[in-house]
Amino acid sequence: MTPGLADFVIAGDETTWDSALGSALEALGEAFGVVPDPGGSSGGAWRRTWFDTFDWRLYRAGLSLEYVATRRGGELILTGAAGRPAAAGPVAGWRATRSYHASDLPDGPVAERIGGLIAPRALLPTVTVSTAGSVARLLNADGKTVARLLVERPAIGDQPLPPRLAVTEVRGYPGQARRAARLIALAPGIEPLGSDGSYLLDDALRAIGRRPGDYSNKVDAKITAGMPARKAVATILLALLDALEVNVDGVLRDTDTEFLHDLRVAVRRTRAAIKLIGDALGLPDADYDRFAAEFKWLGDQTTPVRDLDVHLLDFDVMASRLRAAKKDDLVPFCTFLQGRRAREFRALARCLRSPRFSELTAQWRATLTAILDRADKRPARRGGAKSAQEPLTAGRLAVARTGQAFRKVSRKGGAITADSPPQSLHDLRKRCKELRYVLEFFSPLHDKGAYSAVVGDLKKLQDCLGDFQDNEVQIDEIRALAGAMLAAGPVFGGDTVPVGTLLAMGELTAGLAISQQAARAAFETRFAGFAGPEGQRHMAVLLAGEKP
Amino acid sequence: MKIYATYNIKGGVGKTTTSVNLAYLAAAEGLRTVLWDLDPQGAASFMFRVKPRVKGGGKAIIRGQRSLDDAIKGTDYDLLDLIPADFTYRNMDLLLDKGPEAKQNRKLSRLLAPLSQEYDAVFLDCPPSISLVSENVLHAADVIVVPLIPTTLSVRTLDQLTEFLATFQGRKPEVLAFFSMVDRRKKLHREIVEELSVKREGIAATPIPSAALIENMSVQRAPVTAFAPSSAIARAYKSLWAEVRAL
Repeated sequence: MTPGLADFVIAGDETTWDSALGSALEALGEAFGVVPDPGGSSGGAWRRTWFDTFDWRLYRAGLSLEYVATRRGGELILTGAAGRPAAAGPVAGWRATRSYHASDLPDGPVAERIGGLIAPRALLPTVTVSTAGSVARLLNADGKTVARLLVERPAIGDQPLPPRLAVTEVRGYPGQARRAARLIALAPGIEPLGSDGSYLLDDALRAIGRRPGDYSNKVDAKITAGMPARKAVATILLALLDALEVNVDGVLRDTDTEFLHDLRVAVRRTRAAIKLIGDALGLPDADYDRFAAEFKWLGDQTTPVRDLDVHLLDFDVMASRLRAAKKDDLVPFCTFLQGRRAREFRALARCLRSPRFSELTAQWRATLTAILDRADKRPARRGGAKSAQEPLTAGRLAVARTGQAFRKVSRKGGAITADSPPQSLHDLRKRCKELRYVLEFFSPLHDKGAYSAVVGDLKKLQDCLGDFQDNEVQIDEIRALAGAMLAAGPVFGGDTVPVGTLLAMGELTAGLAISQQAARAAFETRFAGFAGPEGQRHMAVLLAGEKP
Repeated sequence: MKIYATYNIKGGVGKTTTSVNLAYLAAAEGLRTVLWDLDPQGAASFMFRVKPRVKGGGKAIIRGQRSLDDAIKGTDYDLLDLIPADFTYRNMDLLLDKGPEAKQNRKLSRLLAPLSQEYDAVFLDCPPSISLVSENVLHAADVIVVPLIPTTLSVRTLDQLTEFLATFQGRKPEVLAFFSMVDRRKKLHREIVEELSVKREGIAATPIPSAALIENMSVQRAPVTAFAPSSAIARAYKSLWAEVRAL
């Protein structure tokens, strides 16, 4: 809606809109001359398309981004809380049907405000609304325009949305605009739009069956503490399967790197759930083994592309840390990474289009759905139920498995000394991930404050262990890539890989080694923060809050 | 922000119709424009259907006790605002005649300075006189547009103005005169327009003819360039604006 002094929406359905609008005009006509203004600058027809990332980063930040095509190209309009303008700027060559990255945003206030927020995700068109706008001038007794009434009739294709009205002020005549707004507010069938100017976006999304924030990469399973454990676990795994499948299209289109990231997270969580709480499903062992093996296969298929994505996403930051070498020295390395990623991506796409993948997801869904259908009919066979008559609940399962995972982390971490080999930290990282996943699976059952305290402690430890292992992995990969580049022979402008490039890559590994050492040095403090008395207390509070 | 003033010592030569039409054309071209009606008669305010009254009094504005911003009124046209006339402007000379003498003729410039963030073009519609008001206007303006009736006597006023501006220290405004209310049926008008347009520098190539439509402006209460945009007189104003804007 064009921001006005007061904004209104016409209530009811399509059949009553015209009569409500007529009532408003009649009410205005008693106090003002109402004259159509066909040449008014706010009239005409236009299309606006809202963009957001797949995980609704703008919406979650209280922002909305519109692209409006104009005769000169287009305009990006960023709106903040309560419909307040946040930033705007011209943009050339955009289309309402394709996705854009932060780097596609033209330099200016919009890019400054959201560039960091959205990266590395792409902006996707969420909905396009066509609007026909008309303006009427409201005249005083001298025939002077003292306010304007804007009427906007939005539609998605042939589907009309509720019309909007706005009264805009003419400078120097604020009282007249307020008077007009009061008259409209009294007209039957007219409702104030309130302070949230994004209602049109909400209406439009509703009309196409979408809900803002309908995707996040958090585990989103509707479970309760008293639910049978079998049903809860099946529900969690189905939510993970949904998350996996909803990302496939974005991966195949290569829209942005985070589709693959989120798909991999869904696979890892699925594997962890099968391992840690899958027994509650009551499946035959052969099924566990088969699905566990297939999801491992799927995870392995996604690893090469993600590893290369990580290198490419971190590339500019890593290059900026070079001291001896120049950034340009790394250009052949970047080119090599991109070429290799293109090749690995083709292999990944073949995997995701393969019968093996579709059979895995279809069979897994059928298995889980069947369990859900049967869940309330018979008790769980495994998983520590007190008796066959008293089925294991989600709450009890959560307490048992979370406590178990926590104790495992405490024990393994406590055994690590300054002389322990790197592998012991890598193993601990795996146990920490398992604990994190168990916490996330059952997060709806936990007290929010207690959950945040435990996850906060755990996250710091995980970051430290992640830095330690990821740096090591990246060092090994850069070495392997250097070898591969040398083995590739004369492909770099007719020459082999330049010496400057290899030296720069060496400098990168040196920087990574320093970061790894820093992470190792921070380990004891981080672990004490998580498994020490305070961390133990946080976990005890969390587990005590469970109600079976 | 560029400041345009329509000025002539004589009255009834077309100052107000010129400022109203040029301001409208500037806004229609996309310039954020404001017209200040400095004439206590308030003819420009009347044309835009705005009451010739400044909230809180024109005196407070001139004395700097109220912001000029508070007095601005929107017109019926996009991007075109108006600072209406006020009857207290009849005593504007007395209001300006305060403070150190050296600063008295720069008061309008100082009042206008804050508008530079908001407007691209300011038009000053001056009352006919030689006074401290007109001196202020001439100091404030970047371009002075001088309507001339094609008579020998009125051309002398242009010479007087040019001589007066020559006495200014530092920055001097551009001056563009044009023949106004030209009646092609009159031999003297034809001769003066033809002769002086060639001989005299600083006279626009576009004359504005005498036309009934101009008189109709006070009936329509709108610029002729708005209510009769395809008329010959509107085309003449467009042509004149092109010359003024090029300065």
